[in-house]
Amino acid sequence: MSDSAALKAKLGLDVFKPLREAHIKIRPGMEKDVRLKPAVRICPAGCYSEDEQAVVSLNTDGCLECGTCRIACGADVLEWNYPEGDTGVQYRFG
Amino acid sequence: MEKFDVIVVGAGLSGLATALTLSGEGVEVLVLERGDYPGAKNVTGGRLYVNPVREFFPDLWPNAPLERLILREGFALMAKERSVTLEYSGSELGNEPPQSYSVLRARFDRWLAEQAESRGAMLLTKVRVDDVIRENGGVAGVIAGGDELRANVVIACDGVLSLIPEKAGLRSPGSPHDYAVGIKEVIALDTGVINDRFGLERNEGAARLFAGEVTRGHFGGGFLYTNRDSISLGIVIGIGGLVGRASPPDIPALLDAFKARPEIAPLIRGGDTVEYAAHAIPEGGYRALGKLYGNGILVAGDAAGLALNMGVTVRGMEYALASGCLAARAVLKAREAGNFRTETLSLYGRLLEESFVLRDFKSFQETPAVLANPRFTNHYPELIGAVMKDVYAVPAGPKARLYETIRKHMTLKEMWSVFKDLKAVSKI
Repeated sequence: MSDSAALKAKLGLDVFKPLREAHIKIRPGMEKDVRLKPAVRICPAGCYSEDEQAVVSLNTDGCLECGTCRIACGADVLEWNYPEGDTGVQYRFG
Repeated sequence: MEKFDVIVVGAGLSGLATALTLSGEGVEVLVLERGDYPGAKNVTGGRLYVNPVREFFPDLWPNAPLERLILREGFALMAKERSVTLEYSGSELGNEPPQSYSVLRARFDRWLAEQAESRGAMLLTKVRVDDVIRENGGVAGVIAGGDELRANVVIACDGVLSLIPEKAGLRSPGSPHDYAVGIKEVIALDTGVINDRFGLERNEGAARLFAGEVTRGHFGGGFLYTNRDSISLGIVIGIGGLVGRASPPDIPALLDAFKARPEIAPLIRGGDTVEYAAHAIPEGGYRALGKLYGNGILVAGDAAGLALNMGVTVRGMEYALASGCLAARAVLKAREAGNFRTETLSLYGRLLEESFVLRDFKSFQETPAVLANPRFTNHYPELIGAVMKDVYAVPAGPKARLYETIRKHMTLKEMWSVFKDLKAVSKI
C-alpha cells in the first residue's frame, strides 16, 4: 500500500457524488481468493486492503471506475457494475 | 410503446461521433450517458491525432476546444540513476494541416455533445444502462433505470470494459494481458510558465513519453502532455504483467516516484494538482478485438477494443471517432434497407476494414507482442544509460577510446541479444 494519506488527499481533489450503494462487491466466499490479491496494490484509488488473515476487503468510496480490478481479478470474484447515474466520480478535466 | 431509431450507449468519442453523424442525416438518435455530462467519466493521456479523422467531420475542427498543437516530441529512456532523451521537433509539425493536439476530455466531449445536440441528437445524462433487451436472437433496446427503451439498433460505445456487448453475448470478459491501466494527474500551471519550461510559444505544445524505471521495468511507460494551462502527467502499465505476481508494484506510488524524478520535478514545480484520474485501456490490438456487430447492435470505440499502442505513438481517440462515424453510416444503409440484422449491419465491419481503422490494426497486429519484450523496459534503459555515462565521462587520467568504451557494455552476448530484439522489432 502506498502512502494512503497522500492518496486520500489526491482523491480529495476529485469531484465525487456519493454512492447510494457499493457498485463493486467481492462475491461472497471469495474474500481470500488469490485472484483478488493484485487489486490491493494495483487499484489506482487504493480501494482494496488485505488484513493479517489474508482477507481482502473493498471500500468503493473514492473509486475512479477505471475497471482495472474487473480486468485483473475477473468477474468470478467481483460483482462489478458502474455506479448508478448521478453518483460516483465526475471528472472536470479528464 | 415508443421506439427509437437508434440508441447510443455512452457519450464518449465514439458515441458522440455516431450521434453527430446520424443527427446530421436527420435520424432520431438517443444518447445515454451515465456521467453528469459527457466526459465526466472519461480519461485520456492524452492527445488526439487529427489527420485520420479530419475528413470524417470536416466542419468540426476549427472551433474544437483542443489544448495545444504538439510541436515537440520527446522519448526518454529512464534508468534508475539517469535518463537518455531523444527529442524531435520540426517545422512540418506546425504546418497546415496540424497533426496532433493535447486534449482534456471533460472539455472536449462536452463540446462535441453540444454539436450533436444542436443537430437534433437527444442526450440523456446521469443514466446508467443496466442491460440490453434480448429478443429474436438479437438486441431490441436497452434497460435503464428500470425502463425498457426500444430501438431498431443499439450502438454500444460504453468504453473499455464493454459490459453492454458482454450482456448482448457478443464477447466475454477480456484477458488482463490485453489491457493496461493509466493513471494521471492534471497539474495546473500558468500558460507562460509552461511555455518557458518547455521552450514553447503561444499555443504550441510538447509531448514526452518515458520508458524504463518509471514502471519499474514493467510493460508500459510514463507520459507528459502540455495543455493550455496545465500539464497532464501519468503512467500506463500493462495489467497482464501485474497479475499472478507475488508483489506487483504499488501503482499510485509509481506516479509519486515519477513526479519526484529530477527530470520531472522541475517541470511541474509550483503547479497544483487539480485532478487525479485513472482508466483501463485496451491494448491487445487486432487479435483482441471483440465482435463488432450482431443482430440489432454495433460496437464502437474502446468497447470494441479499438485502441493501439504503436510504441512511440499511443492512439485510441481517432479510432473511436472514426468507428462511431462508420457505425452511423452502416446504420443509415440498414435504415434504407429496413433491416437491422447482422446481414445488413455487417457493412460496419467492411467499412472499418476499408478505413484506416482496421488497416492500422492489421499493420500493427504484431506490435503488442513485440513491445511486450521486457528488455525494452527493464534492460535497455539501463544499458543505454550506462553507455552514455561512460561516453560522456571525462576521468582524471587518460580517457579510453569511444569504441572501447562502448564495447565494454556491448559484449558479444549483449550484441547477440540486441540483434534478436531488433529482428523482432522489424515486425512492428
